[in-house]
Amino acid sequence: MANATQTPEGLFDIDGLLTDEEREIRSVIRKYVEKRIKPDVAEWFENGELPARELAIELGKLGVLGMHLEGYGCAGAGAVAYGLACLELEAGDSGIRSLVSVQGSLAMKAIHAFGSEEQKQQWLPKMATGEVLGCFGLTEPDFGSNPAGMRTRAKRDGKDWLLDGTKMWITNGNIADVAVVWARTDEGIRGFIVPTDTPGFSANLVHRKLSLRASITSELVLDNVRLPEDAVLPGVSSLRGPLTCLNEARFGILFGALGAARDSLESAIRYGMERIQFDHPIAAYQLTQKKYADMTVEFGKGLLLALHIGRLKEKGTLRAEQVSIGKFNSVKQALAITRECRSILGANGITLEYPVMRHMSNLESVYTYEGTHEMHTLVIGEALTGLPAYRI
Amino acid sequence: MNIAVCVKQIPDQSVPGKLDPGTHNLVRDGKLILDDSDSYGVEMALQLVDRAGGGEVTLISMAPNGEVSGIRTALAMGADRAVLVSDPSLAGSDALTTAKVLAAAIRRNPFDLVMAATESTDGYTGTVPVQVAEILDIPSVSFAKKVEIENGILKVQRQTESGYDEVECPLPALVTVTAGVVEPRYPSFKGIMAAKSKPVDVLDVAALGTGPLTTSQEIVSVRAAEERASGTVVVDEGDAFRQVVEFLEAIKVI
Ligand SMILES: Cc1cc2nc3c(=O)[nH]c(=O)nc-3n(C[C@H](O)[C@H](O)[C@H](O)COP(=O)(O)OP(=O)(O)OC[C@H]3O[C@@H](n4cnc5c(N)ncnc54)[C@H](O)[C@@H]3O)c2cc1C
Repeated sequence: MANATQTPEGLFDIDGLLTDEEREIRSVIRKYVEKRIKPDVAEWFENGELPARELAIELGKLGVLGMHLEGYGCAGAGAVAYGLACLELEAGDSGIRSLVSVQGSLAMKAIHAFGSEEQKQQWLPKMATGEVLGCFGLTEPDFGSNPAGMRTRAKRDGKDWLLDGTKMWITNGNIADVAVVWARTDEGIRGFIVPTDTPGFSANLVHRKLSLRASITSELVLDNVRLPEDAVLPGVSSLRGPLTCLNEARFGILFGALGAARDSLESAIRYGMERIQFDHPIAAYQLTQKKYADMTVEFGKGLLLALHIGRLKEKGTLRAEQVSIGKFNSVKQALAITRECRSILGANGITLEYPVMRHMSNLESVYTYEGTHEMHTLVIGEALTGLPAYRI
Repeated sequence: MNIAVCVKQIPDQSVPGKLDPGTHNLVRDGKLILDDSDSYGVEMALQLVDRAGGGEVTLISMAPNGEVSGIRTALAMGADRAVLVSDPSLAGSDALTTAKVLAAAIRRNPFDLVMAATESTDGYTGTVPVQVAEILDIPSVSFAKKVEIENGILKVQRQTESGYDEVECPLPALVTVTAGVVEPRYPSFKGIMAAKSKPVDVLDVAALGTGPLTTSQEIVSVRAAEERASGTVVVDEGDAFRQVVEFLEAIKVI
């Protein structure tokens, strides 16, 4: 059999754009995913489960949780290193990357950016090791793309706060030790640190998902949850709070989605080299090679764009609409790539024996969460025209 | 407890290797990575130093082109420092020359124990570590599958064909560890970032003070390994168990 001479990444000489440290971090996660995630993830997906606690401790040891944050037990790695870690994790499964995104970029980031010194000391070190798991409650049953309309409310009661409302589609909700919950108050939208054993807090699993099955998704119910005065994040009292965190998580996704694409692409290339039809490997036919070429070029362009966005973030000049461009492109292309790869695998492609359709169905969630694809389209449109098209 | 760990940086095994047609040596001019079989020694050393309550793990390596990326991996796992001997004159060194160089590099710092893998994944001579021990004039225990230190005594379970021997010797000593002796840790991100600022002394042969080194070994020719003979197929017609038992007895497994 012929030997492939280039991997999709090799073709673009991506390694030449990375520092030794970035390559090293990438290779550690790649090895971890090969050894720990890939052998079992199809089964987790099929059963709709995830050994999240165990994985969190392991990921904490590696230093992935909150790796891009400074201090409080976090590694303080650069943006590109963080992006590459997300890419490698998502080459395993979007569910694993989601676990890490929610812990590091949503829950920890909220406390890191807007918490008091005491809150940071109390929560961040244990979240970095994975001993304490967090979740992030913004979306509600009736308010998804438009979180400004949220109904969850926090009222002052003497010195305490009382929280009431329902959050929906919350990743890690059932396993979290602590929830960062965003609620409407008289002072604007504020974030609350809610230990999940507080009376009145409950979480209900979302069942029958066809996507991100190796991830825990929950409804959070806050029924007159009483919190002390110091449960509120002092640093912000507007939507800027949650949006800052979402922007951070999206940054991880714009690398991450490309991991799902790469894994599918590699799988489809391997399959095409081995699958013989009409006496030749299907990879030898021009139609298949066109698919490979189209997909690889989109993958490589996507990764170059992601790296560019990563370097802008490291320089400190990255703007929100640029993150939108990245998420827009990566997820759209990754979804198209996984679908095309599925076609190359033929009937085998619809099973969990191969990663491709699992990645494809996962990406349907990734397309929707952290700002839907349409929302990012409108962000780009607004940047170009100055005309916000979200409202009629 | 100070431990010197010999680590080899080798060409990435996932990329097909090439032999130099003139010298028949493996071409090592590209990027080198830490030999996986050395990660066991590094892990063992880190655990022993930890258990002893303090000390340093020093990596000892020889590479023709000043390459340090494999060493950085071991530093990221937690080793404290490294000594790298890099000198163009060492390209294609034989096992004895390598042992002399490593021994001289080890001697530069105080040590209680020297660790190495039983053999490297690219060269497979498996002779360097015992030669190092001989030059350092210390006892050596090879094929360790378990290593402990108690009251200055090295206690080793030494893998043999039929099981293991329990071996003890005083320190300082050299021990070679088999793959699987411990589960090597993944370097943590903090470790990777800290590794950048850990000291790596890069020395040439002159600085090492070994005097002149001559390689007296020459690789005359290289042949492809013979294909393995196919195994025996036992078809079960009711007496397969007997044949299997006989076979296991013949190779002295039972
Ligand atoms: C698996 C999973 C995990 C999630 N995890 C979390 C989490 O941890 N925390 C959290 O807070 N949320 C989480 N979410 C929720 C996610 O962020 C929301 O689903 C997302 O914001 C979209 O909201 P929605 O589903 O209510 O869709 P809607 O907002 O109802 O949108 C439905 C469709 O209408 C389109 N649309 C809406 N408004 C407009 C408009 N003005 N113009 C054009 N098109 C429009 C959308 O783009 C979309 O195509 C998760 C979701 C999923 C699927």
